Amino acid sequence: MSKLVVVEKQIVVPGEILAEGMDFLPGKGTFREGENIIASRLGLVNASGRVVQIVPLAGKYLPKRDDTIIGVVKDMSYSSWFVDVGYPYEGSLSMKDATAEFIERGASLSDYFAVGDVIITKVANVTKEGNIDLTMKAPGLRKLNGGRVIEITPFKIPRVVGKQGSMIGLIKDKTGCTLFAGQNGRIWIRGSSPEAEKLATDAIYLIAEKAHTSGLTERVGEFLEKNKLENQK
Amino acid sequence: MIVSKEYMESIIDQNKRIDGRKFDEYRKIEVEYGISPKSAEGSARVKIGDTEVLAGIKMELGTPFSDKPDEGSIMVNVELIPMASSLFESGPPSINAIELARVTDRGIRESKALDFKKLCVREGEKVWLVFIDIYPINADGNLFDACYMAALAAIKDANFPVLEGDKINYKEKGKEKLPLTKMPISCTVWMIGEKFLVDPTQEEELASDARLSIVILENGKICAMQKGGSMALRAEEIFKMIDIAEEKTKEIRRYFK
Repeated sequence: MSKLVVVEKQIVVPGEILAEGMDFLPGKGTFREGENIIASRLGLVNASGRVVQIVPLAGKYLPKRDDTIIGVVKDMSYSSWFVDVGYPYEGSLSMKDATAEFIERGASLSDYFAVGDVIITKVANVTKEGNIDLTMKAPGLRKLNGGRVIEITPFKIPRVVGKQGSMIGLIKDKTGCTLFAGQNGRIWIRGSSPEAEKLATDAIYLIAEKAHTSGLTERVGEFLEKNKLENQK
Repeated sequence: MIVSKEYMESIIDQNKRIDGRKFDEYRKIEVEYGISPKSAEGSARVKIGDTEVLAGIKMELGTPFSDKPDEGSIMVNVELIPMASSLFESGPPSINAIELARVTDRGIRESKALDFKKLCVREGEKVWLVFIDIYPINADGNLFDACYMAALAAIKDANFPVLEGDKINYKEKGKEKLPLTKMPISCTVWMIGEKFLVDPTQEEELASDARLSIVILENGKICAMQKGGSMALRAEEIFKMIDIAEEKTKEIRRYFK
């Protein structure tokens, strides 16, 4: 007899038994010991079908292939750039993947990307050793000019974006800011005024704080409406 | 938060700040006394926004300097631990940590706020040495003011340990407070472009061109200053910064009543 010991969205700690029996499968953040599935992270239980997994409450970014992320150029070598992506190791963006343009011999690489530049980039590959290859060759990948980049825990990015981008669309609508949420937990915000950017920032921090509650879109809508009026005063 | 220097300057140029504050507005300041009553003679925690600093006072007996046989002394140490910010590294004290400690030390020493003569136990033989250890545990800008406030609050909180002959009984807390006779308050004014502001966040600090830390007494006397940053300051700019600091220290002073 297999049974689920915990309920959906329950907060569990490492070591807690989640399910008994072989009918369930261990997903992310869990492992099997004997017939039991046990939590290896602190987070919320998500049991969709037979797979039991944990959505962590917080943690560092773990790069996956095809993630679209926000990076900061930290260093350059003769043929590549090194980009901080919020992971312990820097990602490398090679000349070949950086631009579709022909780079002439002797050209200055900093004309393309300079140290300190913020870019939207994509993870092309993650090797077994944890080296990250980045690419700029996909639609929408570019250098970001101006604005601010804020950081939240990457596991809360899906909540910030919302279903079919409903949440991020709401923030864009109400604040008039341009936003981009990277899979690595970094969000780029640029608005017409620092007040608008501040409002969008506060809304995102509110989402990150209340990510596990329901009815969040309405609450964020109210928050934006209320503070927008105060800003206009 | 990641903000480029150019973008920060463009916002400051519009007379606005990235977090919506006014140029002369501090974040929320909290001062908590006696956070470690068992292990330190005096202790305090100071929060300015997200910046959080702990300070502790330990006292020891030592021999006085030969030119000042009837005076005790203070020693200020600031440790910038990697836990506080991703910009800090472990290892020997960095130049920033040394500067923070020196500026804090100077503010207390040169204002003569702590009566060193009252730290004397036996002239020429034994005096109290006051160790002020400051630990920023979260650095989000304005460490100069935060460290200084924490040190001052810890001194205000401190009692002499009980002296039994020449031995110190640290377990008991003496009744006598440390001889803090004045209240020198520090305010650091920062320059970004042509504009002056107080209490910068980490991002604003990184974009700043110059700073001036000013320590002012109740009666308006300036007792210590420290200039930092790569940009030179004109005389009229310094006067303007002093005016701002005078105004702001009055405000900060009420946390030390």
